[in-house]
Amino acid sequence: MNGQLDFETGIKDALPTVFGYIGIGLAFGIVGKTSGLSVLEILLMSLITYAGSAQFIMVSLLLVNSSIPFIMLSVFLVNARFILMSTTVAQYFRQDSIWQNIGIGTLLTDETFALSMNKLNFTNHRLAPSWFHGANWVAYLTWALATVAGGILGNLVGDPKTFGLDFALLAMFIGLLYLQMISDRSKGFWFQVGMVILICVLMYSLTIFLSNNVALIVTTLIGCFLGMVIEQWRLR
Amino acid sequence: MAVTIKVLWAIIGCGLVTWLSRVIPFVLVKNFDLPAWLIRYLSFVPLVIMTALIMENIFTHQAHQLPAVNYENLLATLPTFLAAIISKSLIVIVVVGIICMALVRLIF
Repeated sequence: MNGQLDFETGIKDALPTVFGYIGIGLAFGIVGKTSGLSVLEILLMSLITYAGSAQFIMVSLLLVNSSIPFIMLSVFLVNARFILMSTTVAQYFRQDSIWQNIGIGTLLTDETFALSMNKLNFTNHRLAPSWFHGANWVAYLTWALATVAGGILGNLVGDPKTFGLDFALLAMFIGLLYLQMISDRSKGFWFQVGMVILICVLMYSLTIFLSNNVALIVTTLIGCFLGMVIEQWRLR
Repeated sequence: MAVTIKVLWAIIGCGLVTWLSRVIPFVLVKNFDLPAWLIRYLSFVPLVIMTALIMENIFTHQAHQLPAVNYENLLATLPTFLAAIISKSLIVIVVVGIICMALVRLIF
């Protein structure tokens, strides 16, 4: 990664994340197809809803014939973290037009969010819409293509897990987390290590009582608060 | 290639709630100044969300029991972290991760 912020660099920076989308996208297409969705429905869901893990939840809820308001509520809860991620990213685009902002927000994902937070460490804490659009479009198109490919392959290939591709997403988060920790100079490395351990304990404890998706949101809300308080206390 | 009406409404409805959670913050942040404490709070979002997402893939909630452990993911996570420390390159980390997972499944 370097300090350039043009559209092409955005595309290039996003390429390592493509593996993650392909692995999970194929898996989603196959799950969707075997759960009774048509390839066109899979494509429309990827293009219109564009919600990664929440799409798996939609399929499973459609399968048990849940009501649409209930499906919408579940998807909202799973994606509530977007509110925090968007608020974080939006601070860097206040000077840009409202349409640029809406464009970036519309295609924001966990991956492009994490990528942009890493990018900040190479650009003196600046981001540009063109860079973000480049990264976002790579993600959007790869996801749509991968899910459709999974839908077409459907029952033919069997389990995509055999090839370890589904781990690409998790590997990417591990990589982005570590790169974030060594490059964010506003917070010390060991302070961040301490925070990571604290968050792991918090997430595990909450997973005992709450479903994974709810635990994720509650951990994020409490974890950021703890981080803020501990940082204040350290600076004192 | 049929599209049933119910699936279509689910796609549109879920698309709408997801889009609003993504876009409303951009509109608000553009028009209002965030207080300093909120900016400090948000500076922890990347670290916390990424850690929590990793944990979510390793531990799964079970009613009346401790969370189930996904040993495959847990096993593949450790060498992937090592790859991160050594290479500091996202593409290397991802490729090593995929290979490790394939090996884990081959062996166990």
